[in-house]
Amino acid sequence: MDVDEIVRGLLNGNRRALARAITLVENDYPEGKDIMKRIFKKTGKAHVIGITGFPGVGKSTIVSKLTQEFRMRGKTVGIIAVDPGSPFSGGALLGDRLRMDGIDVNKRLWLDSGVFFRSMSSRGKAGGLSAKTGDVVRLMDAFGFNLVIVETVGAGQSEVDIIEVADTSIVVLMPETGDDIQINKAGILEIGDIYVVNKADLGGAEKTVKWLKSMLLLDDEAVRILEKMDHGSHNESVNDEILTDKLEKKAKDAIDRWIPPVIMTIADIGEGIKELADTIEKHREFMEKSGMLKKRRTVRVSRELLDLIMEDVKSRIINDTSLKFEEFVNRVVENEIDPHTAAEKIIEKLIFSKNSDTTL
Amino acid sequence: MKKIRVLVAKIGLDGHDRGAKVVARFLRDAGFEVIYTGLHRTPQEVAMAAIEEDVDVVGISLHSGAHMTLVPKVIKYIKEYGGNPDEMVIVVGGIIPEDDFEELMKMGVDGIFIPGTPIEEIIDFIKKKVAEKKKKTVA
Ligand SMILES: Nc1nc2c(ncn2[C@@H]2O[C@H](COP(=O)(O)OP(=O)(O)O)[C@@H](O)[C@H]2O)c(=O)[nH]1
Ligand SMILES: [Mg+2]
Repeated sequence: MDVDEIVRGLLNGNRRALARAITLVENDYPEGKDIMKRIFKKTGKAHVIGITGFPGVGKSTIVSKLTQEFRMRGKTVGIIAVDPGSPFSGGALLGDRLRMDGIDVNKRLWLDSGVFFRSMSSRGKAGGLSAKTGDVVRLMDAFGFNLVIVETVGAGQSEVDIIEVADTSIVVLMPETGDDIQINKAGILEIGDIYVVNKADLGGAEKTVKWLKSMLLLDDEAVRILEKMDHGSHNESVNDEILTDKLEKKAKDAIDRWIPPVIMTIADIGEGIKELADTIEKHREFMEKSGMLKKRRTVRVSRELLDLIMEDVKSRIINDTSLKFEEFVNRVVENEIDPHTAAEKIIEKLIFSKNSDTTL
Repeated sequence: MKKIRVLVAKIGLDGHDRGAKVVARFLRDAGFEVIYTGLHRTPQEVAMAAIEEDVDVVGISLHSGAHMTLVPKVIKYIKEYGGNPDEMVIVVGGIIPEDDFEELMKMGVDGIFIPGTPIEEIIDFIKKKVAEKKKKTVA
């Protein structure tokens, strides 16, 4: 399949074209970049849902049941399951697919034309998400899936990465026995739009839910206290104008703010999945109405653009011999010039070099 | 560099997956990206997974004795779903009588590995075959 065929196929519902496009993008082939450029105008419609949490908490099981629920609601679903690769061999054992229900249940996800499942290795990238996940999400988006679900293993601070691709981030936990160190240290409270306590059948779930809620509310309370302090400094004169301002601000806050709900599930048997699906839809609605969706995407794209620019600049500096990068390195080593001046000189050369003004 | 992607599939009724899991782990350690399907898949499900995952290799493990009907079905459905089985390396593992080898190869199977085959042999075979097929499809 050549690029033309792939682009045409992908935009016309050809699954093999989508599969091949993902391969080309994932492996950083030049064709991949070409495809991304050509399908971009078709992206931006899908609701991107991230699901993260420690290994074994039930993420894949939840993805399977959630997909069935959304299919019943008439939505199509693309799924990307990212697993860590082996740091030793560079290989990976990708086993999320086996949790997807097959022929033994009423909904045959494996053969459902409204579902597409792709396993990816994070290839050793710290953060659990493969560097290319964002572009793979876009391919699925352009293909026309209403929802794109990204499952990633979280272990430590790496869950933060899910924010880079998801409009709605879901953190999955299990009932905690003993102390709550795991949850505390992982920075998990910062990243979830929705929290799920799965395996509620194991007992101890209520306690974990209560604990989570108190932590999340505490956060909220902390914000309110900070706000009060802010207003307090403007003196206490009860002025009508200030009061209306305050009330307006409060009303606006209520629209702007989302307090992450905590949902209990037994994913194995599908319990709590409907409520989770409802909450996901509610969050999407909130994101749109409050303008948060646009805000989040703006932050994401600015970071992405900067990354792309940096990547390009680096490769130009290393590959364009007229910029004399190596010579500058040597001169710094020999103490002839300091690194700050050297960097400034190289950038100057780059800006005025012939190669850089050929485009645009 | 692109990793070789391998689908390790269990089809049919038999519940023996220890062998398949061991092979899957060895393939990962050889640097392959291995997608494991779990037990009791249908030929259709395996074919669709091979396409969606865009694998270079489809490994089918069977111990049920139904290989002569199930393996050609996988190949047939890959075609039916728009894939090209000739681009993929198709290998079969499990208890396969030698009498069936020739016919399986005629159906489009590239390699057959009976229990006890050294894992290095499987790894080398896959690497060699994937490179061969790639050359052919590029040309
Ligand atoms: N007891 C119980 N087990 C569950 C539940 N949900 C999933 N599991 C099991 O937990 C194990 C890990 O599930 P999986 O979805 O693969 O977890 P992941 O690693 O987070 O994707 C599997 O054996 C599931 O069957 C649940 O609600 N209760
Ligand atoms: Mg999983």
